[in-house]
Amino acid sequence: METAEAKNFKKVDIIFECQDCKPIEVLDTNLQRKPDDIILDIIDSGLKGRGGAGFPTGLKWKFTKNESAEPKYVICNADEGEPGTFKDREILDRVPEKVFVGMALCGYSIGAKEGIIYLRGEYNFLLKDLNKKLEKFNKQLKERNLDFAITIKSGSGAYICGEESALFESMEGKRGEPRNKPPYPTSEGYNAKPTVINNVETLVYTTMICNLGSDKFKELGTKDSRGSKVFSVSGDTPIAGIYELELGMSLGTFVEEFGDGDTKSVQVGGASGHCVPRKYFEDTIIGFEGIPTGGSMMIFNSTRSMYNVLHDYLEFFTEESCGQCTPCRVGCQQLLEGIEAVKKGERRPSYLEDLKKLASNMNLAAKCGLGQSVANPFNSIVDNFKEEIIY
Amino acid sequence: MSNTDALIKNLVEKHGNSRNSLMPILQGVVREERSLTEDAMLKVAEALDISAAEVYGTASFYTFLDTIPRGKNVIRICKTITCHMKGKDEIIEALEKELNINVGETTSDKQFTLLTANCLGWCHKGPVMLINDEIYPDLTVEKALEIIQEYAHNTK
Ligand SMILES: Cc1cc2nc3c(=O)[nH]c(=O)nc-3n(C[C@H](O)[C@H](O)[C@H](O)COP(=O)(O)O)c2cc1C
Ligand code: SF4
Repeated sequence: METAEAKNFKKVDIIFECQDCKPIEVLDTNLQRKPDDIILDIIDSGLKGRGGAGFPTGLKWKFTKNESAEPKYVICNADEGEPGTFKDREILDRVPEKVFVGMALCGYSIGAKEGIIYLRGEYNFLLKDLNKKLEKFNKQLKERNLDFAITIKSGSGAYICGEESALFESMEGKRGEPRNKPPYPTSEGYNAKPTVINNVETLVYTTMICNLGSDKFKELGTKDSRGSKVFSVSGDTPIAGIYELELGMSLGTFVEEFGDGDTKSVQVGGASGHCVPRKYFEDTIIGFEGIPTGGSMMIFNSTRSMYNVLHDYLEFFTEESCGQCTPCRVGCQQLLEGIEAVKKGERRPSYLEDLKKLASNMNLAAKCGLGQSVANPFNSIVDNFKEEIIY
Repeated sequence: MSNTDALIKNLVEKHGNSRNSLMPILQGVVREERSLTEDAMLKVAEALDISAAEVYGTASFYTFLDTIPRGKNVIRICKTITCHMKGKDEIIEALEKELNINVGETTSDKQFTLLTANCLGWCHKGPVMLINDEIYPDLTVEKALEIIQEYAHNTK
């Protein structure tokens, strides 16, 4: 089988770069353009959402613009709860104006007057500074006669509220329980009105595409994964931290750069992502054509027990499941108790096959992405590290 | 009027009395009082003209909207995998010993509650803990103890 050629390792400096780009000037330049031209630019850039699901950003904006209901909303998803992800906090801390400008340009493009940042409660320490900067920014918008203003709403410690429809419920003062889809947010989001919801990083890229032009962005990455992405690198690495890298490199290249020489596996995409063992590093492309990631890259070396890793993830899902639908609420508990029973010898190793089927059924039957994605870590860890789960 | 009543009144004035204001109001009460009493939830329900069950339903969903009494300082130690690998167990043990309580409990002088939390978003700087809204990354046992002692000293 022919596989796409992997890209080389390349550090990029678009997100955090702040020397040449004055965010407010990007806004000024682009307010001279027609809303449709901005949306076409974002579509042309090939930018896909950086929050995990990877929906084309330009299309999301276009669908929302095409809706007739009013008012419309722009929401910045800063709930960042996926284990191993910490880039959105860093972006909001270091270059918040780039996020604000992305929201304002989106508002201008789709015809929204209100922007809201949903900030996870764990990041409340950012509030004071962000509110101060927002006050200034909102004033700048007023001076430009742009009818748009941004406020912040806080979360209160619930991973599921990062899921877009649960996030709307939370903003509406309710339990963070995901809604049925359709309708999608572009037609019925916050307050059941047309809503663009984008990840923090996605919004910064929209600002930068408006600044650099879509061609410049397209020069980076591959056909399916345009541009670059901010990675949160943690675990067994001597250089844990945040790195912006061109998309499309192989996991092997990544590990060469970040591993400690003894890397056994990498969990790509956080607890809800996939575990890739060493033997597949070279063949795995980091990007939408291979393994997509919201940016979380957790590296494990040979001293780590993959049973402990899986156990931690399952505990996480069991606690964070909203409990609304049975496949997920009961399924997470059963998977956790199941691997504990196999470990203790109370169940035969073949029980793992039953558990894998359960995880796959959850993928089909669960209502939202949380329950649906538990099979990713479960099946990839059990398949590749069966001995560690059993003995 | 009790302190809680006045607090709720202020919060409702600031955020409005629509259903969409429920979270900021509950968050405001927790910020001042660390947890929500039955009485506080009843008052909020009354102010927003919704049933108390709706208020409790929302409050009980969120980890940070505690409905059982908490200490003046709520410590949350991240227990997710990377902090686990970097030694959160030792930190927890040391704090349990220092405060003479187990995870989930509050000291008898109501100064500290010790809890664990899922990923706090500092995996590159674990282990890490949150005390109220403040974050403390790159912990060692010594550092964690020092921080706790400082809080104990400042809130005496
Ligand atoms: C369980 C779950 C948690 C999620 N958490 C987040 C999150 O913390 N931040 C985020 O941007 N998207 C999160 N998402 C994805 C959002 O639902 C949504 O797709 C995203 O905010 C869209 O923005 P984007 O297109 O810019 O990526 C989560 C999805 C699920 C199913
Ligand atoms: S899959 Fe899990 S988190 Fe999602 S709606 Fe069902 S119970 Fe809730």
